[in-house]
Amino acid sequence: MSLELNEQFQKVINGLTEKFPGDVIDVYQSTGDTFVRVTPGAIHDVCTYLKEEQHFIYLIDVFGTDRFTSEDRFEVVYNILSLRDRLRLFVKVWLPEEDPEIASVTGIWECADWFERQTYDMFGIRFTGHPDFRRIYMPEDFEYFPMRKEFPLLGIPGSIELPSSTPDPE
Amino acid sequence: MGLENTLSEGYLTTKLDTLVNWARSNAAWPMPMGLACCAIEMMAFAGPRYDVSRFGSEVMRFSPRQADVMIVAGWVNYKMAHAIRRVWDQMPDPKWCIAMGACASTGGMHRCYGVVQGCDNFLPVDAYISGCPPRPDALIHALMKIQDKVRTEHSVTLDT
Repeated sequence: MSLELNEQFQKVINGLTEKFPGDVIDVYQSTGDTFVRVTPGAIHDVCTYLKEEQHFIYLIDVFGTDRFTSEDRFEVVYNILSLRDRLRLFVKVWLPEEDPEIASVTGIWECADWFERQTYDMFGIRFTGHPDFRRIYMPEDFEYFPMRKEFPLLGIPGSIELPSSTPDPE
Repeated sequence: MGLENTLSEGYLTTKLDTLVNWARSNAAWPMPMGLACCAIEMMAFAGPRYDVSRFGSEVMRFSPRQADVMIVAGWVNYKMAHAIRRVWDQMPDPKWCIAMGACASTGGMHRCYGVVQGCDNFLPVDAYISGCPPRPDALIHALMKIQDKVRTEHSVTLDT
């Protein structure tokens, strides 16, 4: 598929493919947005490059996807924005079902802290090098990851504690 | 006024239960547990248009220790459930509970792992209100149902 990119965006994509020839797996456009898929091992370098050299200073969101039946089950998507050039880019990585793990980008964009904790909480994707890595929504001792496809809609009965309906005897 | 005719001798005779229940039912101060959009209707219920002070419940008490009726208005998640139960345990007896709206009654449209499917899972609910959100009239109706319940209770005779 041919890409419809303006001059500035073309420069970003060209720079990326020249700098990381083996790591950029796919570049495509869909519904007016541009997506770049890279190898999981290169995510930290790619993000550093995009921020330092291409001025993508604003990390809007990091989120996960469960692709369930596909080969590499989990996907992490980074939604980044260049305020100077008015460009929006989605960087994606695919992770295996067993023990999904990827380098944290909190060292590049500090706001990735909560995004990554949320992605871990919902999908069980671990981010290495995160400064404060724990769940963000669910209780600390919760054993499941609610946004995974096999998790039942109404949850696991008894997995989250309800208050006792008998008052304290004191 | 008409009262003088009844009280011509200066006294009346009644049962203690009736007197206590009359007082209790006409001064049921609500503890507003506003958790979502139902709380907006609950404010209208207390405001001048629907004017619940006609039924003696105009005094919204934000301290559970001064309240009689807890109005659970909105969806309850598991984390909030502990706080609600704690507030409920702090309310002095006798106390009543209204589950206002579909979410508080059954979980409503929030059919998911994080929301308690009905606050009767951890609270003794006296009146349920349907609607999403219910109109203030419906809340007044629930309050009147609770007043009916209070008036038929053996509040003193069975306690001794």
